[in-house]
Amino acid sequence: MKMIHSLFLINCSGDIFLEKHWKSVVSQSVCDYFFEAQEKAVDVENVPPVISTPHHYLISIYRDKIFFVSVIQTEVPPLFVIEFLHRVADTFQDYFGECSETAIKDNVVIVYELLEEMLDNGFPLATESNILKELIKPPTILRSVVNSITGSSNVGDTLPTGQLSNIPWRRAGVKYTNNEAYFDVIEEIDAIIDKSGSTVFAEIQGVIDSCIKLSGMPDLSLSFMNPRLLDDVSFHPCIRFKRWESERVLSFIPPDGNFRLISYRVSSQNLVAIPVYVKHLISFKENSSSGRFDVTIGPKQNMGKTVEGVVMTVHMPKAVLNMNLTATQGSYTFDPVTKVLTWDVGKITPQKLPNLKGIVNLQSGAPKPEENPSLNIQFKIQQLAISGLKVNRLDMYGEKYKPFKGVKYITKAGKFQVRT
Amino acid sequence: MTVGKDVSALFPDVVNCMQTDNLELKKLVYLYLMNYAKSQPDMAIMAVNTFVKDCEDPNPLIRALAVRTMGCIRVDKITEYLCEPLRKCLKDEDPYVRKTAAVCVAKLHDINAQLVEDQGFLDTLKDLISDSNPMVVANAVAALSEIAESHPSSNLLDLNPQSINKLLTALNECTEWGQIFILDCLANYMPKDDREAQSICERVTPRLSHANSAVVLSAVKVLMKFMEMLSKDLDYYGTLLKKLAPPLVTLLSAEPELQYVALRNINLIVQKRPEILKHEMKVFFVKYNDPIYVKLEKLDIMIRLASQANIAQVLAELKEYATEVDVDFVRKAVRAIGRCAIKVEQSAERCVSTLLDLIQTKVNYVVQEAIVVIKDIFRKYPNKYESVIATLCENLDSLDEPEARAAMIWIVGEYAERIDNADELLESFLEGFHDESTQVQLQLLTAIVKLFLKKPTETQELVQQVLSLATQDSDNPDLRDRGYIYWRLLSTDPVAAKEVVLAEKPLISEETDLIEPTLLDELICYIGTLASVYHKPPSAFVEGSRGVVHKSLPPRTGSSESAESPEAAPSAGQAAEQPAVIPAQGDLLGDLLNLDLGPPVSGPPLAASSVQMGAVDLLGGGLDSLMGDESEGLRSDVGGSPAMGGSGFTAPGPAAPAGMGAPLGSGLGDLFDLTGGVGTLSGSYVAPKTVWLPAMKAKGLEISGTFSRQVDSISMDLVLTNKALQVMSDFAIQFNRNSFGLAPAAPLQVHAPLAPNQSVEISLPLNTVGSVMKMDPLNNLQVAVKNNIDVFYFSTLYPLHILFVEDGKMERQMFLATWKDIPNENEAQFQIKDCSLNADAVSSKLQGSNIFTIAKRNVEGQDMLYQSLKLTNGIWVLAELRIQPSNPSFTLSLKCRAPEVSQYVYQAYDAILKN
Repeated sequence: MKMIHSLFLINCSGDIFLEKHWKSVVSQSVCDYFFEAQEKAVDVENVPPVISTPHHYLISIYRDKIFFVSVIQTEVPPLFVIEFLHRVADTFQDYFGECSETAIKDNVVIVYELLEEMLDNGFPLATESNILKELIKPPTILRSVVNSITGSSNVGDTLPTGQLSNIPWRRAGVKYTNNEAYFDVIEEIDAIIDKSGSTVFAEIQGVIDSCIKLSGMPDLSLSFMNPRLLDDVSFHPCIRFKRWESERVLSFIPPDGNFRLISYRVSSQNLVAIPVYVKHLISFKENSSSGRFDVTIGPKQNMGKTVEGVVMTVHMPKAVLNMNLTATQGSYTFDPVTKVLTWDVGKITPQKLPNLKGIVNLQSGAPKPEENPSLNIQFKIQQLAISGLKVNRLDMYGEKYKPFKGVKYITKAGKFQVRT
Repeated sequence: MTVGKDVSALFPDVVNCMQTDNLELKKLVYLYLMNYAKSQPDMAIMAVNTFVKDCEDPNPLIRALAVRTMGCIRVDKITEYLCEPLRKCLKDEDPYVRKTAAVCVAKLHDINAQLVEDQGFLDTLKDLISDSNPMVVANAVAALSEIAESHPSSNLLDLNPQSINKLLTALNECTEWGQIFILDCLANYMPKDDREAQSICERVTPRLSHANSAVVLSAVKVLMKFMEMLSKDLDYYGTLLKKLAPPLVTLLSAEPELQYVALRNINLIVQKRPEILKHEMKVFFVKYNDPIYVKLEKLDIMIRLASQANIAQVLAELKEYATEVDVDFVRKAVRAIGRCAIKVEQSAERCVSTLLDLIQTKVNYVVQEAIVVIKDIFRKYPNKYESVIATLCENLDSLDEPEARAAMIWIVGEYAERIDNADELLESFLEGFHDESTQVQLQLLTAIVKLFLKKPTETQELVQQVLSLATQDSDNPDLRDRGYIYWRLLSTDPVAAKEVVLAEKPLISEETDLIEPTLLDELICYIGTLASVYHKPPSAFVEGSRGVVHKSLPPRTGSSESAESPEAAPSAGQAAEQPAVIPAQGDLLGDLLNLDLGPPVSGPPLAASSVQMGAVDLLGGGLDSLMGDESEGLRSDVGGSPAMGGSGFTAPGPAAPAGMGAPLGSGLGDLFDLTGGVGTLSGSYVAPKTVWLPAMKAKGLEISGTFSRQVDSISMDLVLTNKALQVMSDFAIQFNRNSFGLAPAAPLQVHAPLAPNQSVEISLPLNTVGSVMKMDPLNNLQVAVKNNIDVFYFSTLYPLHILFVEDGKMERQMFLATWKDIPNENEAQFQIKDCSLNADAVSSKLQGSNIFTIAKRNVEGQDMLYQSLKLTNGIWVLAELRIQPSNPSFTLSLKCRAPEVSQYVYQAYDAILKN
């Protein structure tokens, strides 16, 4: 396999600020092909993820303003590489709190140790954060002070216990004084709404993120009031698939700490409720350098909960010079360089619907823009899973103590766009 | 080091730090060694001792680290020292060390393959597949797969049901990455039957719910591959199909890079098994903030999934995309509308109107793209949407891209007779001829020549101008050559020029960018790999893949083997149902020209008279007719007609009286004995008629038909249907010369003019005394039909048994002598499959079609039938038919002095026996 030959980290201005080679050294010049593609793509998001060069393939991901560019030489599954690169980025995030150029540069030794531990000759070695954290301790201020005084290191010198058990995701000997298990049911609505307000496409991407702080080897089972909703599910490896198939119960020995238990998709057939509606009028007059902009957002199908954290972003056509708007609620900004209009609305109160209207100034002499900008909407609804998914109960076996349990629901807009 | 600086000068100092107890420091030193040992091989030797010592360390972490690092030091001298520690580590009590050591074998193999083999590490590695720890199993599989890749011939991964079982058990317990290795390895296994395939599928299916998309896609690969072996009637097959859709859709909610790879793979899957995702169209709808590479892929898949059921939705989306900002994407969206029109015929009209709407927006690049696709729509559906030409012409001035200009010029040239000012339009392009791109210049040249052929009087000057521009003033050899060809053609033989330039173009295929089936099957085996992203087999692009083994899908082994399975080898039985035998264009054109323009070929007087009966000179007329020709150009139906469908033959039923055939000597009189005894022969089976000439290609005239033979007379049974709006009259028919001299024995008699929506049935008697020319395929017949509107051409295949004469029974002795006499290389053997008749039934059925059984023998339980038949041109064919009572497949051996007929005789046998 020799999966990943080398890895280059490149920032947005095109500097290679870190490189790691698992086999022989590949010259930095290989990245020139990447830069070429980057230039062609104009927008950073549009750089193709797989680029072929005469002797290598470059597979890249773009995360947190950093390109992770891997160099491979033989036929490999690109998804394997991409998944791995995302895992690397996740690990940096986990260790340093953020996955940024500064954080990586500040912790270059740990980064190197991590990369070495995660991949051996192209074979992923340890990618579970629990195991990595036992091998290489994350930096904390206290530890770095202690280390500089005592001369001890961040590197664990014993074999992680979870590494080889049948439950590699959990370490042994976990102890907490307060035993807690929290589950966040987070649902994101992806939707495309057409001009007339009807739904072209809608689905719910849901996840259950868990924070489990339980001592010992707890064996949990989580059941739902309406498990039938979950027909398209991806599981964390800890979940016993057979149990789910036969009883529709999630049974598992959880990893320690934060992890994603399941992700699921509720597709449009099940009728996804759309919690907001948008009334819009965006028009450009022929032969005059102005246009009108009038948008109102209102609540709909929100099950009596408040829609909050509403933000609307619009990519205005290139010909737009400036916008002169008044918002009845919240504040708006327009960036004349990127042509992005952002309107931070906040909470929607049904009594007084938020509205943003005014004049759009166009470049004089430019033809009337043809394209209609799409409105991108973000929002949040607390204490509601829009699909109606409800956790029934959580039972714990294998340990004697009584844990504290909690479930939180939240609905958010995912890729929610309204065409105008 | 981390930013690409060379710090190898510090080597001795760093090596000195190696013997430390501080694990972090040790790790960093090891890291340094891996990077620079190669550049300082002599110094690196100093490190060996420490490595060997560390390999004995009580701490498994350090043992593993040492063996891991040693494998990464690519210095020959060091590898020698590595062998002993590695051997120990492969048998270490700690699985962590074992799994690290397994990978190390692969590393070592890469440095020195011979050493690995000599030291027997490969066998140790194979043993690790049975290790108790799933992680060790996964790594051993990964290492073996890697080694096997560089040794394609070696049988390293000897997969058998037992080892597969071990892998499947390990699959459930190992890490996500290990699961990928194991799944990829499983995909190379060939289950022995469908039951085993199903049981593997059942155990792999849970992987579809894994959170790691690479695991999901590898599982999809295994399932797609093994599914080939499952019978479609199986319930499990349907269940599996249903299970595949959700995980594929879920991949699309992941990060854009993952989406891209997933989409490229879905593109393959959709082509192989469209049923999996046919209801999931909506997930491929484009979001405006998708990266462009995702958008383009989604668009492609949308078109592949487009069908009559969802076309309205798709079109609405495409129209929406056509107003987006990104120019590339907009263009592709417009092009997609055109592809929909071509793919889903019912939607063509709506597509055209959508395109017209888009043209109204006057956005420059949208208009240009729309014109390019409308050109394709014209070609796919001729004579249907030409009314929009006027709208297109309005936008002539805004076209500045070569492709759009070329498309527009093509349209103007092609429909010159409908565009009043075609000459002016083309003339306007001609002004800047030298500034145009080659594509436009070539198109302009052709268009003006077309125009001249259609309206010779007004355009003489124009054509001369363009010819001189192309031949004298141009540096481009292509252009000059084409110019000269046209010039010569026009000056020597204008009629031929017309034939060549205005010939009907072959239809454009429905989906131009489908991957060729064999490549598709190969790519399905490579789902999830780079090959699937590039849609090329790895051998085509992976460096150093000299030994890549071509993978192929397993054959279906289910009990219900049937012709519907696309993989079934093109069994001989299908020869008769090849959907369309498309004659090589050149041939047809040449032959038809020959037919019409050449002097009547010398032949029996009857042939000449039949030509006259047909209609005097369908095409001829030379330049005069060219000048006066107001019709819309001549069309020869090149390759368009669906020749002979599976049921297009006629097979006389068993009741047909066979022996009563008149002796051959009965002469020509008999040939004209048209329908003499038909009444008494009503039992003979005539296959349903198939459409030979669709109305779309013949200005509303639809012709369907079939062939039949009744006692010494052959006839062509035709149905002419008028699907146009005007009355048709003055029908005539003529055949091109063909292999057996088939010719109409009487004129085509349609007594009354054919009113719109009316049809008439005609039985046209045929004889076999026309002039002969060998055709390919042998039984190809090219036909010209004329009516008051135009002349149309089509070709069809006739079943050979209409040519079997009634006196085809040979004497026994004669048979034996002839059989011996014909050299063995003239013998051809065929299988007739799925025929459940017994020997007697076969014999009587064949006799009905003038295949005579001369002798029957029973050898070792098999029935052997010896048969003879004679063709109208006097060729004898001898046959031996072997029938085993338990086997539905018959073996047919044919011997004939003209072996090229054997294949067609076999087709006739097959057809007769199966009806």
